[in-house]
Amino acid sequence: MSMELLMATGIGALTAVGLYLILLRRSFPVVIGLTFLSYAVNVFLFVMGRLAIDRPPIVGTSAAGYTDPLPQALVLTAIVITFGMTALIVVLSLRAFLETGVDDVTLGIRPDEQPSDTARSEAPR
Amino acid sequence: MTSQWLIVPVAIPAMTAAILVLAMRHSLSGQRIVSVAATALQLATAIGLYVLAGDGEPRAYLLGNWPAPFGIVLVLDRLAATMLLLAGLLAFGVVLAAIGAWDRRGRHFHALFQFQMLGINGAFLTGDLFNLFVFFEVLLIASYGLMLHGGGARRLKAGFHYVAINLIGSTVFLFAVGLIYATTGTLNMADLAVEVPQVAVADHALLAVGALLLLTVFAIKSAMVPLHWWLPPTYGSTSPPAAALFAIMTKVGAYSIIRVYTLIFGAEAGALAGIAAPWILPAAVVTLLFGTIGVLAGRNLLDLICYSVIASMGTLLVAVGLTSAAGLAAALYYAVQSTLTSAGLFLLAGILLEGTEGRGSPARLPQPARLYAGLYFLLAIAMVGMPPLAGFIGKFLILDAGRAASQIASVWPAILVTSLLLIVGFTRTGIRLFWNGPDAAATPALRVTPLLPTIVVVGMIVAVAGLSVLAGPAMNDMTATAEQLLAPQRYIAAVLRPRLALGSPGE
Repeated sequence: MSMELLMATGIGALTAVGLYLILLRRSFPVVIGLTFLSYAVNVFLFVMGRLAIDRPPIVGTSAAGYTDPLPQALVLTAIVITFGMTALIVVLSLRAFLETGVDDVTLGIRPDEQPSDTARSEAPR
Repeated sequence: MTSQWLIVPVAIPAMTAAILVLAMRHSLSGQRIVSVAATALQLATAIGLYVLAGDGEPRAYLLGNWPAPFGIVLVLDRLAATMLLLAGLLAFGVVLAAIGAWDRRGRHFHALFQFQMLGINGAFLTGDLFNLFVFFEVLLIASYGLMLHGGGARRLKAGFHYVAINLIGSTVFLFAVGLIYATTGTLNMADLAVEVPQVAVADHALLAVGALLLLTVFAIKSAMVPLHWWLPPTYGSTSPPAAALFAIMTKVGAYSIIRVYTLIFGAEAGALAGIAAPWILPAAVVTLLFGTIGVLAGRNLLDLICYSVIASMGTLLVAVGLTSAAGLAAALYYAVQSTLTSAGLFLLAGILLEGTEGRGSPARLPQPARLYAGLYFLLAIAMVGMPPLAGFIGKFLILDAGRAASQIASVWPAILVTSLLLIVGFTRTGIRLFWNGPDAAATPALRVTPLLPTIVVVGMIVAVAGLSVLAGPAMNDMTATAEQLLAPQRYIAAVLRPRLALGSPGE
């Protein structure tokens, strides 16, 4: 029972922290918040196969019972994908910071200034 | 043997993209040839698969020959074939339009393009919920690259929003998948359709949360209000060919809504039957209204097009929300025409706004200006739904499907009033662009007329016109598709048949 309580509150805390950080204005906390959210979902997916202690996920001769291996495979895929996505968004926010000089998730351009921006005149590289 | 063809729309772009990145990264002309050839092959395969699916028999392809609920399956039915054909047609136009100008303004355009096609084709074909998530991620990762293609501060900022919202969407997708797996023990869509009615009463609430979280994810993808706000900055600041290709991405969301809520949570899902229906229609009507208000409030051509895409998604989802065979058929017809029209509009905007430093008005129009004014006129007619083009027929079919007493009060006023307002919005922008716009005679015609994109825009209009002329046969196919969707037993049998043949207990 204590294991279930620990898992549930842990996922809840991670999600809450993630959501709070995502709603902040700077892009750095947003990225960290997204990471927290993906940790939360990874643990959540893992628990979806039910909690089983000391049970192997693969077939063995001495095993008394098994834990569900599918959530573990799903978590592995999810970890890989969110890792790649996080790397991308880190690079993206770094580039945005270097090009605009502000670490800010607002578009940084007021609506009435839009026609004068220079998005399409960038030199090819 | 014929079912081996199901893997081809996924295999061609995957291999092409790898070849483009690894072997041809320094030769742009080589990339162009390979990319166009691969896209043409995809279109040909899509046509072949459409003919194959025309007999009304869903076909399953077992990857690695693992029996269905354990391995991943690709499934070809009429809906998948229709969407594949639409994607193939659109991709062929877009890849031609990108040649010459836009594929030179950044690296790896063609490789990203092919990866995006891999994700799109895979999402339409897959019969597994987690695999749908993976293909969503593939198409999203490629779309991040395409969206940022060409660089620039504004694009980077809009790109950050786009990536962040989709990362949150992916997380929500995983939560939903987890809940559905926890309560049903499977993620194969056909197997889910079998398992969902048998879920224990105690688990109904969990499964319902999973089902509605999934709707939230698809609502983000299909730009349903209140999750639409990422679309205008993203589509408005990306390059025109990428925006034109993205025209199908909102339809991937709509496709997923149709697939999941007819197959898994359809009429036979027991206590959870029609769980999304009370949400889709109201949200769709609000989407339509918001999109139209955006069109009226838009200050320039790109705002206008982006919000009209949201309005057209609203119209499409209204038809989906009717949850009848007639509504679904109308939704599919409208989806095809609105994809081609919005892609045409984005490409036309790319031609008109070339060299305008972003979202402003063009300093001078490309020559001959009358040709482009005419193209704008035709595309505007198709987009707002005026006769004689397919937009009118689509809206007419949706109105016809929404005649039921419980729906007519919301559907008819919403579609009719917004159509009028869309006409006002498009007319105003047209007047400002072409009549009160830059004086073609006064400014020297320095601009080179972009030939290939223009041909593609004309091609999109011809396709929409063809869809209007052939509305009868097209609607026969769409109606058959809708009926197939609302009777999922054959889909389920096609996927699970190998398992039953193995002799394991079938539920």
